[in-house]
Amino acid sequence: MKKKTPERLLLAHGSGGRLTHELVTGTFLPFLENPILSSLSDAAILPELPPGRPALTTDGFVVDPPVFAGGDLGYLSVCGTVNDLAVAGARPLWLTWALILEEGADGDLISTCAEGTARAAAEAGIQIVAGDTKVVPRGKGDRIYAVTAGLGVVPPGREISDTRIENGDVVIASGPLGDHGATIMATRHGLDTGELKSDCAPVSGLIESVFEAGIDIHSMHDPTRGGVLTVCNEVADRSGKRIVLTETSIPVRPQVRAVCEILGLEILGLACEGRVLSWVPGDQAERALEAFQKHPAGRDAAIFARVEGSIDGEVPVVMETEVGSTRPLDMLSGTDLPRIC
Amino acid sequence: MSEAPELRDPKAIAGLIREIEAVSEEIGRRVTLMEVCGTHTHAVAAAGLRQMLPPGVRLISGPGCPVCVTPVDYLDRALALADLDATTVCTFGDLMRVPSSLSSLEQAHASGKPIEIVYSPRDALLLARENPDRRIVFLGVGFETTAPTIAAAVAEAEADGVDNFLILPGNKVMPPPMRALVEDQELKVDGFLLPGHVSVLTGWECFRFLADDYGVPGTVVGFAPADVMRGVADLLRQVRADKAEITNLYSRVVSSLGNQVAARLVDQYFEPVATSWRGFGEIPDSGLGLRSQYAHRDASRIEVELPPPHEPVGCACGDVLRGVIDPPECSLFGTACQPATPVGACMVSSEGTCAAWYRHERLTGATK
Repeated sequence: MKKKTPERLLLAHGSGGRLTHELVTGTFLPFLENPILSSLSDAAILPELPPGRPALTTDGFVVDPPVFAGGDLGYLSVCGTVNDLAVAGARPLWLTWALILEEGADGDLISTCAEGTARAAAEAGIQIVAGDTKVVPRGKGDRIYAVTAGLGVVPPGREISDTRIENGDVVIASGPLGDHGATIMATRHGLDTGELKSDCAPVSGLIESVFEAGIDIHSMHDPTRGGVLTVCNEVADRSGKRIVLTETSIPVRPQVRAVCEILGLEILGLACEGRVLSWVPGDQAERALEAFQKHPAGRDAAIFARVEGSIDGEVPVVMETEVGSTRPLDMLSGTDLPRIC
Repeated sequence: MSEAPELRDPKAIAGLIREIEAVSEEIGRRVTLMEVCGTHTHAVAAAGLRQMLPPGVRLISGPGCPVCVTPVDYLDRALALADLDATTVCTFGDLMRVPSSLSSLEQAHASGKPIEIVYSPRDALLLARENPDRRIVFLGVGFETTAPTIAAAVAEAEADGVDNFLILPGNKVMPPPMRALVEDQELKVDGFLLPGHVSVLTGWECFRFLADDYGVPGTVVGFAPADVMRGVADLLRQVRADKAEITNLYSRVVSSLGNQVAARLVDQYFEPVATSWRGFGEIPDSGLGLRSQYAHRDASRIEVELPPPHEPVGCACGDVLRGVIDPPECSLFGTACQPATPVGACMVSSEGTCAAWYRHERLTGATK
């Protein structure tokens, strides 16, 4: 299909008329084309699901800036949705993709995000099967928002749940933590040194490869908003266990550490968009780590925490610091505001 | 950017702790040391250093968090300014959630008041350039560390004739409250860990009065765990020897007289004024006011209507800031007052004593 992108978005691009049609066929379809989507019917008619239990998720994306080192809002929207399915143990299959655009938004930005969406879809091996576009008046939105739904299937016999977590489990991070959050914060505040790049990526391939290696993953989560702090506290709450992190084994890039020092941010509260935290049985720890590291997306995976029985009256998530003390790890409260001196 | 790894080396720390334990035992009584820098408060809490000290060493936090010592009437004034026509208030993010008498900047922002978070006074100046028809008021808070950048923004506004850029002066300087602390009968401080960042600007000479006039030792230290522990060991050795000197263990960045260029810049635009500190009340010469020739940039001269200042009932921030009590001794700590719903200022900033304690030192109790 011939690519033709408007210079600026007009309200009429969301009117449902000719301009909407041109936007869909000229900007979106050239990137996203597949037989189901290209039929442009009111609803996507899907093939029969493979055996297993269907998994369904939805997500909204409002990142500022919409284009950042290592990705864009479109790429992020697919990764975020695919990863939510993957960490639930599902094999992602199909996504819907709706855009809310602001009148006056730059056509190239829309095109960049459509291209990013297609690239992420190809990497994750999924299809965008339905879409929608709305345009809101200037000032009523911030350039581009995306809303997705994702459908996948949990294969028979696979059970991912926090209730399966046991004492002695170890927690593996699939790669360095906080790259995405640090990149976004640094870009927003003009600190971009060229050394930071978002970790944004689909993790479904990585996770499948670990299952194929025969690892009995008990539970998985993607540490997005709220980062490791939120995930670990929620998991401790749901599993009734105590989670002990070891500061020296937490994988963090030096440039991410530096941004956190400058802006006064908590590293473990930063969002990742291409990482997975996995709870695996202690006796499979080494094998699981090898399985992660064998896949290109898990090359820098590390075991950074262990699970113990909860202790009455004590906080459920703690970190053994590099200097030999122990400190509690709570969820962030409010926005992690930068310090002033 | 990152500090030398030896400053975080567990073996080095363990060695320092053994020394601290030995000296503490020789002293034979409980010694109270105070750090007076928000970054120290955070660093001590985040590394869990307090729990590594022997029972004979009590490490307390002083008035080192700029957000925490900013009195409630300053916030009331900021909110009143945001109510004026064609006026935008710009602030460092930390101030947003500090309770004012009736509300907070965060609440006012949510209700549509023109309040912007900026990362430096220059961002506010830029906003003033872009919006010549609006008055842009920057909330100038902080210690000696933020004053030079604020002075630089005023200088730039003067040079370029950006007439709509104003400051609500709230900057404070460290030595006067420290004098108040050593004179405080309720509190007995045996030694001070002196503020590393502030000292980069001021040098350490300005703290000499602690030792010379009051016989209390002090040491300028950096922020890595080993820095802090070395400072504790140094102070304990001085206490044991009944000595009182001001030492500088942060000589990799701190000199005796500090940054004279920055000092001159601040002095050109600001002068010492009496100012009010949460927990201390008014302290002479402890604040920085704009000099009268820059009155046209002084938002505190704009007439506004202020509510009667109201401190939250039961809040013991004042006692925490003076080091009289530790946060868990406040009846609101961890119950009514938590980081998500701060009652007092010390629970807001990550450098606030209560927030640092809550986030990093509260090993017992539920987290939610």
